[in-house]
Amino acid sequence: QEMEDKVTSPEKAEEAKLKARYPHLGQKPGGSDFLRKRLQKGQKYFDSGDYNMAKAKMKNKQLPTAAPDKTEVTGDHIPTPQDLPQRKPSLVASKLAG
Amino acid sequence: LFPGAGGGNDIQWCFSQVKGAVDDDVAEADIISTVEFNHSGELLATGDKGGRVVIFQQEQENKIQSHSRGEYNVYSTFQSHEPEFDYLKSLEIEEKINKIRWLPQKNAAQFLLSTNDKTIKLWKISERDKRPEGYNLKEEDGRYRDPTTVTTLRVPVFRPMDLMVEASPRRIFANAHTYHINSISINSDYETYLSADDLRINLWHLEITDRSFNIVDIKPANMEELTEVITAAEFHPNSCNTFVYSSSKGTIRLCDMRASALCDRHSKLFEEPEDPSNRSFFSEIISSISDVKFSHSGRYMMTRDYLSVKIWDLNMENRPVETYQVHEYLRSKLCSLYENDCIFDKFECCWNGSDSVVMTGSYNNFFRMFDRNTKRDITLEASRENNKPRTVLKPRKVCASGKRKKDEISVDSLDFNKKILHTAWHPKENIIAVATTNNLYIFQDKVN
Repeated sequence: QEMEDKVTSPEKAEEAKLKARYPHLGQKPGGSDFLRKRLQKGQKYFDSGDYNMAKAKMKNKQLPTAAPDKTEVTGDHIPTPQDLPQRKPSLVASKLAG
Repeated sequence: LFPGAGGGNDIQWCFSQVKGAVDDDVAEADIISTVEFNHSGELLATGDKGGRVVIFQQEQENKIQSHSRGEYNVYSTFQSHEPEFDYLKSLEIEEKINKIRWLPQKNAAQFLLSTNDKTIKLWKISERDKRPEGYNLKEEDGRYRDPTTVTTLRVPVFRPMDLMVEASPRRIFANAHTYHINSISINSDYETYLSADDLRINLWHLEITDRSFNIVDIKPANMEELTEVITAAEFHPNSCNTFVYSSSKGTIRLCDMRASALCDRHSKLFEEPEDPSNRSFFSEIISSISDVKFSHSGRYMMTRDYLSVKIWDLNMENRPVETYQVHEYLRSKLCSLYENDCIFDKFECCWNGSDSVVMTGSYNNFFRMFDRNTKRDITLEASRENNKPRTVLKPRKVCASGKRKKDEISVDSLDFNKKILHTAWHPKENIIAVATTNNLYIFQDKVN
């Protein structure tokens, strides 16, 4: 009798490895989760709806204040346009031209 | 493999030049994002993540010193795109240059299209080597003269000056893409061009910026039903009515603009049948086409997916006519390549001028060439260690598993941060431009 079982393709072996590490990995392989993530590429800072709701609530309640270190805009704090780090164009010439 | 001989009619590739900083600490802005020769090959443009374009010009051949063809020196550099903020969607728009495409030269100036995720710009690059001198009302330094001191009149004349190369934006094609632009392609009519994002393709006239025609729209009515996106698009080099676009599912659709205004129904669908028993979680991801390029002849097109390069005959839709494995040894590393996101890397590919050899990049700063006639292939490395001009590059070999021979590199030693995603081949000569993360290498074949 043959010693080896059915030879698993390297790809299937890799798939088994991945599923072992991430058992809840999406049912649809390579499906809409990837694609939607791809379409949404780009740092989204806030939802204007959330922002306006928060501003309205601020009138009645105390919202958590921004962390002392204002460079990070994350978590519970609703970012405001003033908090956003300014993206400036590159003023330095490309090193390829140097 | 065969020592000494190069792939591609036994071309022997030699290092010619390298551009960019030596230091290992790479600033994000310096990451090269596109490389493109112009139609004559005299100019070579690069775009980077910082939105800058650098154009190199080949110096005129020195007839006496014919060791090599002319070197490429900086001709012009400018800031093409700047970071923007879309306030409506609170999204940052990157200034990274996704693609540069040259227009064929019509007059003394050069024109190119450059695009980031959202906006395409037409740039005019012109030379100024004369300036007017001898004004009546102005001094040479520009200060105005007191008119009462002018006693004679003279006619200003043009005098030679040091060459100045100026880049100016002539057209801005904005606000036509909801999703991220991945391709631009100039039509063979030299009047129109297409721009493609994840879900739509638009047709523009080079003179008209306030209007664009949508020619492909694959956005489903319900986004939950989204199954594939457009990954690349290109116009046919000769037929002005024909273009192709590739998808994340490994298909290529050829469309004829004469058939209808909206080319949602393809004229041809190119797809290689898949063996369902081989299907895995990774199948669709690695089948996603990252680049599609027509041959110069227009008879064939080449596609690049994660592990291979395929050549398709436009007359045969059901399978490619040639398939070349770029780095098949990665198939048994897909799990880790998925975890470190490398599996989503988008490699480009290119043809040589005679369509006999194709080239594409890989990891560890390796790049590969496949000779379609001899069926030989070669792996070379873009590295500063090989930078003695006119020294023939040594072929590299990756050892998939088991016993590693001397001079071979094992798969586990490959540096996956050193990716060659962008390469370009001079349209007429054996000169290639290979971009590592932040350096541009130029290689030439050995001229005896």
